[in-house]
Amino acid sequence: MTLEEKVIKLVMEQLDVTMEQCVLEASFIDDLGADSLDIVELLMEMEEAFGVEIADEELEKISTIKDVIDFLKQKGIN
Amino acid sequence: MKRRVVVTGLGALTPLGNSVSQSWEGAIAGKSGIGPITKFDCSSYKTKIAGEIKNFDPLQFVNKQEVRRYDDFILYSLAAAEMAMVDANLTISPEFSERTGVIIGAGFGGISTVYSEIHTLIKSGPRKISPFAIPAIIANLASGHVSIRFGAKGSINCAVTACAAGTSAIGDAYKTIAYGDADVMITGGVEAAISPLAVGGFGAMRALSVKNDEPRRASRPFDKDRDGFVIGEGCGIVILEELSFALKRGAHIYAELAGYGCTSDAFHMAAPPPGHEGAARSMRIAIKDACLNPEDVDYINAHGTSTPLNDLYETQAIKFLFGEHTGKLMVSSTKSMTGHMLGGTGGVEAIFAIKALQEGIIPPTINLDNPGEGCDLDYVPKIARHKEINTAMSNTFGFGGVNAVLLFKKYIG
Repeated sequence: MTLEEKVIKLVMEQLDVTMEQCVLEASFIDDLGADSLDIVELLMEMEEAFGVEIADEELEKISTIKDVIDFLKQKGIN
Repeated sequence: MKRRVVVTGLGALTPLGNSVSQSWEGAIAGKSGIGPITKFDCSSYKTKIAGEIKNFDPLQFVNKQEVRRYDDFILYSLAAAEMAMVDANLTISPEFSERTGVIIGAGFGGISTVYSEIHTLIKSGPRKISPFAIPAIIANLASGHVSIRFGAKGSINCAVTACAAGTSAIGDAYKTIAYGDADVMITGGVEAAISPLAVGGFGAMRALSVKNDEPRRASRPFDKDRDGFVIGEGCGIVILEELSFALKRGAHIYAELAGYGCTSDAFHMAAPPPGHEGAARSMRIAIKDACLNPEDVDYINAHGTSTPLNDLYETQAIKFLFGEHTGKLMVSSTKSMTGHMLGGTGGVEAIFAIKALQEGIIPPTINLDNPGEGCDLDYVPKIARHKEINTAMSNTFGFGGVNAVLLFKKYIG
């Protein structure tokens, strides 16, 4: 499974959304119906799944699926 | 003059079944819902039995995300509230949403989530605490989620009066309508506390039965071999409406909620006083509130926990209050079948009292082989009794000295 596929799978499970909704530009809040608590939980799951730590100031910059993937790539995860 | 309040919908999940009809059928058949604890590994606990809810599928009521995030006490409340709303044939429209309130009582709230999140905290540190931990723990989120689900925008509250919580909630909801602050209330009690902390904690108080070898016979209110309560879980939700509101929409009326009494023992944090005068006063207040006399009471669904003290002192309180009428009273404890559902008990037992009124069947006290010393009432032992009644009382008493009593009567126009 590619990084993108892994991230989308987690987003689908956590936010109870479909594959079709999970386009890369999808905003968690505006397009996927998430609130701030959902995002915190989602990113905690990402930390767990990819063994990284997302600092609070980084968390604030993440609003789309693409943001998550870019962040993980930056941390050297593929 | 206070406004009249009627019951128009019922919903329940109990160790006897996942609906009002299954629970009631079980109760009048004298079945036991008690079995070995399956919710956690209880091998190192003295008590290994409980009244668990079985085969509950929350996905019938909520989505996967909600199942993951909500504590069971919230899931049970949403399920039972939906059953009650369907039973009442009630949809909350904008015309009366602000006149519709919610009060659901809970003894603890999300005590299983407290346990699991503390485990996470100690093992992995504060960064790993779920952002959904607090709203899964706090007790008023049963009311909160039910209000969100059904769009009830009126008065909202939560009673946290231990084993009386369900009764306190229904009593307060009744007063909210009677006083004119709401026309509809979704109310009742819930508990989902078959968790290590609760079983260990009640065990430390020596409050729980240790009859692990015969779970179905372990809860034996008023019997001489009773040795403590059996912890149960459950939820009972009722829909209350102001009488003219219910009539106008053509609602089916189960019964009238005619009286509520609440007193404090001011005695001890956990034990009732000999004679239990606070319980007697609470029953007296409920009867007076209903503009009835003690002789008018036909049936009491007792608190009857199967603890040595409660059952004797509750019996004494009943004899003191009812005097000569005591001989004509039927008193049964459905906890003999469900176990003690703590905050849920008041909701579920109110429903049993209402069903007894409606159907003219008194659920029994099972496992009552030999009444204990001083326990000499008509406890409707072992077998349900067919008897038309006009009034039914529900007693619940809780730690902190709370005594809460509801009095239902047949609705007569």
